[in-house]
Amino acid sequence: MDTFQTTLGQANIASIIIFFAFVVLTLGITYWAAKKTNTTTEFYAADRSISGLKNGWALAGDYMSAASFLGIAGMVALKGYDGLIYSIGFLVGWPLVMFLIAEPLRNLGKFTFADVVAFRLQQKPVRIASSIGSILTIVFYLIAQMVGAGSLITILFGLPYEAAVIIVGLVMIAYVLFGGMLATTWVQIIKAILLISGATFLVILTLAQFNFNPVTLFNQAAEKYSDAVLSPGGFVTNPWDAISLGLALILGTAGLPHILMRFFTVPDAKQARKSVFVATGLIGYFYILTFIIGFGAMVLVGQDIISGIDKGGNMAALLLSESVGGQMFLGFIAAVAFATILAVVAGLTLSGASTLSHDLYVSVFKKGKSDEAGEVKVAKIATLAIGILAILLGLLFKGQNVAFTVGLAFAIASSANFPSLVLSILWKKFTTKGAVASIITGASMAVILIIFSPTVWVDILKNEEAIFPLKNPALFSMVASFVVGVVVSLLTPEEEAQNKFEDEKLRTYLGIGAE
Amino acid sequence: MSIKSEDVKNIISSEKFKKLVRMRTTVSLSLTIIMLSVYFGFILLIAFNKEFLATKIGEHVTIGLPIGMGVIVFAWILTGIYIRWANNKYDNSVKEFRNQILNK
Repeated sequence: MDTFQTTLGQANIASIIIFFAFVVLTLGITYWAAKKTNTTTEFYAADRSISGLKNGWALAGDYMSAASFLGIAGMVALKGYDGLIYSIGFLVGWPLVMFLIAEPLRNLGKFTFADVVAFRLQQKPVRIASSIGSILTIVFYLIAQMVGAGSLITILFGLPYEAAVIIVGLVMIAYVLFGGMLATTWVQIIKAILLISGATFLVILTLAQFNFNPVTLFNQAAEKYSDAVLSPGGFVTNPWDAISLGLALILGTAGLPHILMRFFTVPDAKQARKSVFVATGLIGYFYILTFIIGFGAMVLVGQDIISGIDKGGNMAALLLSESVGGQMFLGFIAAVAFATILAVVAGLTLSGASTLSHDLYVSVFKKGKSDEAGEVKVAKIATLAIGILAILLGLLFKGQNVAFTVGLAFAIASSANFPSLVLSILWKKFTTKGAVASIITGASMAVILIIFSPTVWVDILKNEEAIFPLKNPALFSMVASFVVGVVVSLLTPEEEAQNKFEDEKLRTYLGIGAE
Repeated sequence: MSIKSEDVKNIISSEKFKKLVRMRTTVSLSLTIIMLSVYFGFILLIAFNKEFLATKIGEHVTIGLPIGMGVIVFAWILTGIYIRWANNKYDNSVKEFRNQILNK
C-alpha cells in the first residue's frame, strides 16, 4: 500500500474532457435561460418557477462547497473522528433555517433577505446596514473559494494559478450575467447531482474493499493507526471555543445571503419548506459519505502520503479516487471538484449583485422608484463588478493562508445578518435604529475580534499571544448583536413599525399578498 | 383583488388567528430548542466527557460514531416531523383562512 503512486498534478485527459463537457452543458443551459431572463423577477428569482424538489438540490449545490468535500474528507483522513464535528455543525443549521426562517422569508421578501429585515422599518438606513453585512459575508466567502479554486486547479490540472482563477471567473460571470437565477439554479442542480453521485460511487468502490462493511473499515483504521482515530481528540480543547464555533456554523448558515436568496425562487412557502427538507437530507447524506471517504483514504492511501501532498489533507478524496478507481475516476472526481467551485462562486456573485442593485441602487439610491429594464441593467453591471472583484481577490490573495475567511464569513453571517433577520420576523418592537445598531455591532465585532483571535493574530500575523482568546468570535459578536438590537429598539420605540407588524401577519402566516 | 382593511383587522384580532400564530410559534421554537439541545449536548460531551464518546461498543468502534452520525440523521428527521405538521395541520388552517378572506 505504501508504494501508492499518484498522477495528481499532471494533466489528466479524463478530467479535462469531463470538465469541458460540464462547461459546455452549463453554458448551453445559460443560453437557453438567457431567453427567459428579461425581468427583475426572472433575473433574481427565476420567475419563482423552481419547484421545492429542484430548489432543494440547488440549495445543497450552493452549500456543498469544495471546501466541505475536500476539506472535511481531508480532516477526517488526518484526524479521524474530529472531522465529523465540523460536518455536524454545518448540517444542524438547516433545521433552524426551516423552523425559523424559510417560510416567513418567502412570504415577506422579494429578492433579498434585506427585503424582510427592512419590510416594516425605514428602508434607507436598514438597507445600507444589511448590505454591509451581506457584502462582507460574500467577499470573505469569495476569497476562500477563489483562492481554493486557483490552488486546486494548479494541483489537479497542472494549469497556472492565474489562468485557473480567470477561467473560473469568466465562466461564472457568463452564467450569472446572461442566465441569471435560472441558469445559476441549473448549474447548482447539475453540480449537486455530479457531486453526490460521484461521492456515492467513491464510497461504493471503497467499501467494496472491506466486504461492504463500514465496521471493517473503521477497525482497519484503528489497527493501522490507533484507537484514537475513532474518538474525539484534540480538536475541541476549550469548550467555549467549541460553543463559539458551533454557534457560527449553525446560525451562520441561517444568515448566508446566497442561501437565503434561493427561497425567493420557489412559488410559495410550502415549496420553500419542502426545499429545506430535501436539502437537509442531501447534505446530511453527503457528510456521512465524506466521513467514510476520509476513513477510506486514511486506510487505503495512508496519512503520510496524504499530508505529503497537501499539509491540510485536501487531496485525500482525490487520492482515494485514484487508488480505488484509477486515473479515469480521479479525472471524474477532479472535474466534479472544479465544477463545485464554479457553481458556488456563481451563487455568491448573483447574491452580491442583487445586494448592490436591488438593496443599494434601487431601494436607497432610487428610493424604490426604478423601472424594470433599468434595474436589470444595473443588476448586470453589478454582476460584472462582483465577478471582476472575485477574480482580483483570487489573484491578490494567491499563496495566502485564507482558510480563516470561511470561518469569518460564517461569523459575520451569524452576527450581522441572522440576528436582525430573526428579530425582524419574530419581534414586534424591533425598530430601525435597533436593526442598524445590531447589524453594525455584529459585523464590526466579528471582524475586529477575529483579527485579535489566535487564528489571525498568532497564526498569520505571527504574534506570540492572542488578544482575544477564542478562535471564532461568534459567541461574543452574535450575543452582542442581539443584545444591542433589543436594547436600542426598546430605547427608540417606533410605533409605525409595530403597527405594520400586525398588518403584515396575514402575509407572514398565510402568504396573502406575498410576491 | 383588494381585501378590506377592516376585514384584515378583524381576522388578525380573532381568537382563531391568534391561536394559529401561537401554534406556529410554539412548534417552531420547540423544535429549535430540541435541535440546539441535541447539538450542544453533543458539543459539551466532546468538551467535557471525551471518555464517554470513546467507550468501545465493538472491537474498535466507539459509541461516538453512532452518536455523531445519529445527530445528522436526527436533524433530518426533525425537519421531516416539522414538514408533516406543517403540510397537514398548519396548511389546513391556512387554507381555511385564505378561503374565508379571498372568496369574499
